[in-house]
Amino acid sequence: MAPEAMTTEPRKDTEDLAPAVNRELAGLDALELTVRSRRNPIARLWSAAWPVLAAVGIALALWQLVVLSGWKESWVLPGPADVLPELWNSVTSGSFWGAVGLTMQRAVIGFAVSVLVGTVLGLAVSRFGVLRRAFGSLITGLQTMPSIAWFPLAILLFQLSESAILFVVVLGAAPSIANGLIAGVDYLPPILLRAGKVMGLRGLSQYRHLILPASLPAFVAGLKQGWAFAWRSLMAGELLVQIGTTSSVGRLLSDSRELSDTAAMISVMLVILVIGIVIDQLFGLADRTLRNRWGLNAAD
Amino acid sequence: MTPAPDSVAAAGTGSRHTGRGLRLDGVSKAFGSGATALLALDNVSLNVAPGEFVCLLGASGCGKSTLLNLVADLDRPSAGAIDVGGARVALMFQEPALFPWLTVTGNIELALRMRGVPRQERRQRAAQLLASVHLGGFERRRPHQLSGGMRQRVALARALALTVDDADASRGTVLLMDEPFGALDAMTRDLLHDEIERIWRERDLTVLFVTHNVREAVRLGDRVVLLSSRPGRVVEEFPVTLDRPRRIDSTEVATLSAAITDRLREEVSRHGA
Ligand SMILES: Nc1ncnc2c1ncn2[C@@H]1O[C@H](COP(=O)(O)OP(=O)(O)O)[C@@H](O)[C@H]1O
Ligand SMILES: [Mg+2]
Repeated sequence: MAPEAMTTEPRKDTEDLAPAVNRELAGLDALELTVRSRRNPIARLWSAAWPVLAAVGIALALWQLVVLSGWKESWVLPGPADVLPELWNSVTSGSFWGAVGLTMQRAVIGFAVSVLVGTVLGLAVSRFGVLRRAFGSLITGLQTMPSIAWFPLAILLFQLSESAILFVVVLGAAPSIANGLIAGVDYLPPILLRAGKVMGLRGLSQYRHLILPASLPAFVAGLKQGWAFAWRSLMAGELLVQIGTTSSVGRLLSDSRELSDTAAMISVMLVILVIGIVIDQLFGLADRTLRNRWGLNAAD
Repeated sequence: MTPAPDSVAAAGTGSRHTGRGLRLDGVSKAFGSGATALLALDNVSLNVAPGEFVCLLGASGCGKSTLLNLVADLDRPSAGAIDVGGARVALMFQEPALFPWLTVTGNIELALRMRGVPRQERRQRAAQLLASVHLGGFERRRPHQLSGGMRQRVALARALALTVDDADASRGTVLLMDEPFGALDAMTRDLLHDEIERIWRERDLTVLFVTHNVREAVRLGDRVVLLSSRPGRVVEEFPVTLDRPRRIDSTEVATLSAAITDRLREEVSRHGA
């Protein structure tokens, strides 16, 4: 138990009792604490991995079945046996990684700008009632707007340039990020707000020590959704806005279509899918870690 | 609220009592308006002297939490005036209301920080406060990893952290506690009664302690104030002159508790009729 400081002062009525009671109290506390089981990390990894592997296996099998059924000719719809070697050829070539590099660079810049815009927008809207009335439903409305519908305007405004792509990516992702933050602020438990007030948190310190940390889980959920929108917008953008001879993932996709190289096309699609999933998983991991630390998960 | 008077007593020897205590003058609080309005408190007047320990006793739903919220300035009275004489107000809620993103010590340290305790002292003082609620060794846990009773003890330590005031010790502190030990087992509660009594004396706090447990009120209070239900009014006040330290299971406490309980029963049965 705790050291000297505040407990050593003699208390007539409990003096003799205290050590025993303290021990009992410690015992009670120990009993009340939840026992956490620690499983072997390999076992945990396996239990997470096998359903995914099984699902991939089933998907490949279904694909192969469709091909075997002879529904389409093999140059229109090649099977896994044609696509997977093509995929392997791609990922072992330098030009492929150049294309992925450019796409990821756009994704990172677009997402970063979206986070900045979304956060400022979310904070402003959650803070000021007028802004909320003015823009609250507009932001939600923007979320439902298919990003591809922005491209004609973007191309008029920015021609076929990086800015056009960035514009659409940010319009796609920022509303989700703003909405996540707004939801976090809105659903802040009133009791915590009152506890903060009693402590003297107000204005900036209230934001720093209470409102921002409390809305973190909703914010991360908004980031996750924002990423999904950013990635979709970016792929649409790379198909529609082709800049000079630069090579991007979207460019690989449209080039292989023009060459009627379906195997290459599907392998690029698989790459797009995998990148999207991996990053979504990273956000999911951040989200779960946060919730576990805060005890927000019912099943711990 | 009026600014704190220059407290001569605080600086000198003599009485260490600080602040002017707590004064409620004809305080009423209605929730809602029109036909559906609910009068939670009706014309409540109450004085708590500086350094006094007053227990507020009343049935569930009689407006005790409402009253504390008004004193803590979390809500405004519909009528009447509340004066804390410039004192700091610390409130311990009925539920722990800890910040889940902070560790146990982080919660306490934030309260200390808001009271102007310098960074290098916070860790150690938080440890002392946690030790005083018998939670030494749990500093690095997060609130959700503790049991309900332990969380409530952390909340007590946090409320006590808010009674610390290095910047302006002359202001005095009013500590409001809303059924703080309702969720604890009897053994823990007895220990915390001793602890809260000790800290009250040591820091010279003015305490308004809400409970629905008559014995607890008699164990702790200099005075027990009985509230009626719907609307909440002050029905009667019982001075408690028993010597301290008291034991909750002593015959003196039991005798006075029985008398107050009778009066409380009377008050509650008025509603049944
Ligand atoms: N924010 C509120 N809005 C409406 N009614 C409320 C509100 N807060 C409390 N009340 C009502 O006021 C009465 C007193 O509540 P409360 O102060 O919590 O009682 P106690 O703490 O004594 O159990 C109850 O009838 C409760 O329903
Ligand atoms: Mg209450």
